Amino acid sequence: MKRTGAQIVWETLMREGVEVVFGYPGGANLPIYDAMLDYPVRHVLVRHEQGAAHMADGYARASGRVGVAMATSGPGATNLVTGIATAMMDSSPTVFLTGQVVSKFIGYDAFQETDVTGITLPITKHNYLVTRVEELGDVLREAFYIARTGRPGPVLVDIAKDAQQNSTDWEYSDRPIQLRGYRPNRHPLSRQVEQALEMLSAARKPLILAGRGVLLSGAMRELREFAERAHIPVAVTLLGIGAFPASHPLSLGMMGMHGEAWVNQAIQESDLLLAFGMRFDDRVTGNLKTYAPNARKIHLDIDPAEINKNVRVDLGIVGDLRESLQEFLDHLPQMDHSEWVEHINTLKGESAVRDIQYLPPDGHLYAAHVIHDLWRYTGGNALVVTDVGQHQMWTAQYYRHDQPFQWITSGGLGTMGFGLPAAIGAKIARPDAEVWAVVGDGGFQMTAAELSTAAQEGVKVNVAIINNGFLGMVRQWQEFFYDRRYAATPMRSPDFVKLAEAHGLTGLRVWRREEVFDAIQRARETDGTVVIDFRVEQEDSVYPMVPAGADLHNMIRRPVRNPLVETAQDEM
Amino acid sequence: MRHTLVALVEDKPGVLNRVASLFRRRAFNIESLTVGHTEQPGLSRMTIVVDGDDVAIERLTAYLYKLVNVVHVEDLTHVPAVTRDLAMIKVAAPPETRTQVMQVVDVYRARIVDVTTQSLIIEVTGDEEKIESFVEVLRPLGILEMVRTGLLAMSRGGAPLYPPPNGNGNGHHAAASAD
Ligand SMILES: Cc1ncc(C[n+]2csc(CCOP(=O)(O)OP(=O)(O)O)c2C)c(N)n1
Ligand SMILES: [Mg+2]
Repeated sequence: MKRTGAQIVWETLMREGVEVVFGYPGGANLPIYDAMLDYPVRHVLVRHEQGAAHMADGYARASGRVGVAMATSGPGATNLVTGIATAMMDSSPTVFLTGQVVSKFIGYDAFQETDVTGITLPITKHNYLVTRVEELGDVLREAFYIARTGRPGPVLVDIAKDAQQNSTDWEYSDRPIQLRGYRPNRHPLSRQVEQALEMLSAARKPLILAGRGVLLSGAMRELREFAERAHIPVAVTLLGIGAFPASHPLSLGMMGMHGEAWVNQAIQESDLLLAFGMRFDDRVTGNLKTYAPNARKIHLDIDPAEINKNVRVDLGIVGDLRESLQEFLDHLPQMDHSEWVEHINTLKGESAVRDIQYLPPDGHLYAAHVIHDLWRYTGGNALVVTDVGQHQMWTAQYYRHDQPFQWITSGGLGTMGFGLPAAIGAKIARPDAEVWAVVGDGGFQMTAAELSTAAQEGVKVNVAIINNGFLGMVRQWQEFFYDRRYAATPMRSPDFVKLAEAHGLTGLRVWRREEVFDAIQRARETDGTVVIDFRVEQEDSVYPMVPAGADLHNMIRRPVRNPLVETAQDEM
Repeated sequence: MRHTLVALVEDKPGVLNRVASLFRRRAFNIESLTVGHTEQPGLSRMTIVVDGDDVAIERLTAYLYKLVNVVHVEDLTHVPAVTRDLAMIKVAAPPETRTQVMQVVDVYRARIVDVTTQSLIIEVTGDEEKIESFVEVLRPLGILEMVRTGLLAMSRGGAPLYPPPNGNGNGHHAAASAD
């Protein structure tokens, strides 16, 4: 049947199960927008294309399905770039559709022409420029296939306007996609699994490092069974939060720069690291020369390019993590590492609980209080999305997740402005979830215009602004490493309560800890998006901290300022 | 050390850019890169000479495989292989030195492909050492212009480069073991 390129776009999206797209129209994608009205799809009109990209990303992370965002050529496409790079770094399955100028004008600096496939080459898993309508159907199917298989990631399809307008004979086909140069290996090699089991049986201090790969491959149950049967403690990366229940006796918590001190210490003492779907990011390893010096390392990942990239490993097993762990479980014996597990428990002496209790009882509101209380009052069941900065690390430390897919944050790229739009995308993916966006006063202002999108779409997210009047994380580095010279970090903000109200939304302000509960309660009970301006201590820092490039075990700890005050409500 | 890689890539627009861009982005230095058609329709073959230790090259191979259009990669550095470079050299050849130039051409089994009263274009193929020594010998006689293709490489023996069509997907497992 004759179809225009624009119709082929929507028919393919429907076949791919796409229900929502996030986007913004313009001259070069008008045909696609025009055709959209004939298809049962929800379109979320954003206020800036960056918002569309983060929403698609948040949607993908919350649902496991491919998130889709669209923009016009030139400035529309360049506005997507930060969001695409964010999705790339965190392996988020996303498809971006951009309009391009009419094909005969490509290369002539036409109005709103930008070399989008050139710009996005290093920040997409793959990208396409389509100039002929005949190619469009196959390219779109490939785009979705590549985005969601193997190590997921963003795929961009740049579609010339004439390829959207022209017609061709086309029928959707669901024959299997075969790409000569793209055949991800899902199955681990059995002999490597055997070898790994031998190494494991020789280990006395094994440790599992669980990353986002656990969540992406859906290997939570397998991980748990592995840890329990082999009796091995589990540490998670920032993006691995939720891969293993925080309250599980074998759960250690987060590793890395702002990870738990005992976790980093345990890594340094371990004699065998089992890295499951994580990539030894520099924020996780600290100084590579002194990283886990006594440990042999086994690395399981779907992406062969991650094996031996940052850390030289003794054994790399390429495959889908879930399938790999299943293969392990077929042979894994019951083990006992009580001595090691108990030793780590003694390392826990200086714990996060005590860290929160070290906060001076001066009546001030601390971010840690807010997050800790948010965790308690939401029963640990909220879907928490963060922005980037101190509040992100505090949320990672104090909001404990027992369930997977309840934690969304920009890890690899560390993109300020991610929080609010990603939360909107997540809420649209999971309307029944209680969604909290925890953001900083700085990052919130980067994409705060998306409040308007939330209002127009009737999407309810709760926004907790951890308002410290600073670009706090940078201020902290200035405090620690630049002699407290606060260059360009004090930040004045608008009245966030009025800002919410200007959007027809609810705004609340909290100064004292006693008010936290009421505010959270009111937000939960109110229809529509609620913004809470938590006025927290301005010069608080995130502890512990491994300075960039320092040895993992050399952490800066919170200076003890006040005698310990134990309060029942801070028990964790 | 210098490595010679050959990559089979899909013959599609932009693929050369993807590969070149990867080298830049991952901070590898290309010494030479050649691209051309192969016996298989739809596939081009690149010969890439690049500097790096074995670990770096292993990493580079894995990065190349991450490109959706890269079908197969092989490192020919440590296997018996034939390597060839082609140079065209325009040399000054006035009557006084012409015989001398032609003798050198003879010794190296090069060919003269263009003649004027004052100059010659010489074509020479061979491994890099041969070409380099040829250039050194010609240099005092007056090289006016030179161009080289960069290295082509092919492993010796009967086995073709291309893996079976349903072979070990992307050579991933091979790249994965550290031992
Ligand atoms: C787009 C972008 N620009 C700059 C940075 C560098 N940066 C990292 S954290 C941070 C401060 C964030 O301040 P705020 O949003 O108020 O959060 P806080 O650290 O105070 O909790 C900055 C500027 C970044 N991560 N992203
Ligand atoms: Mg701040």
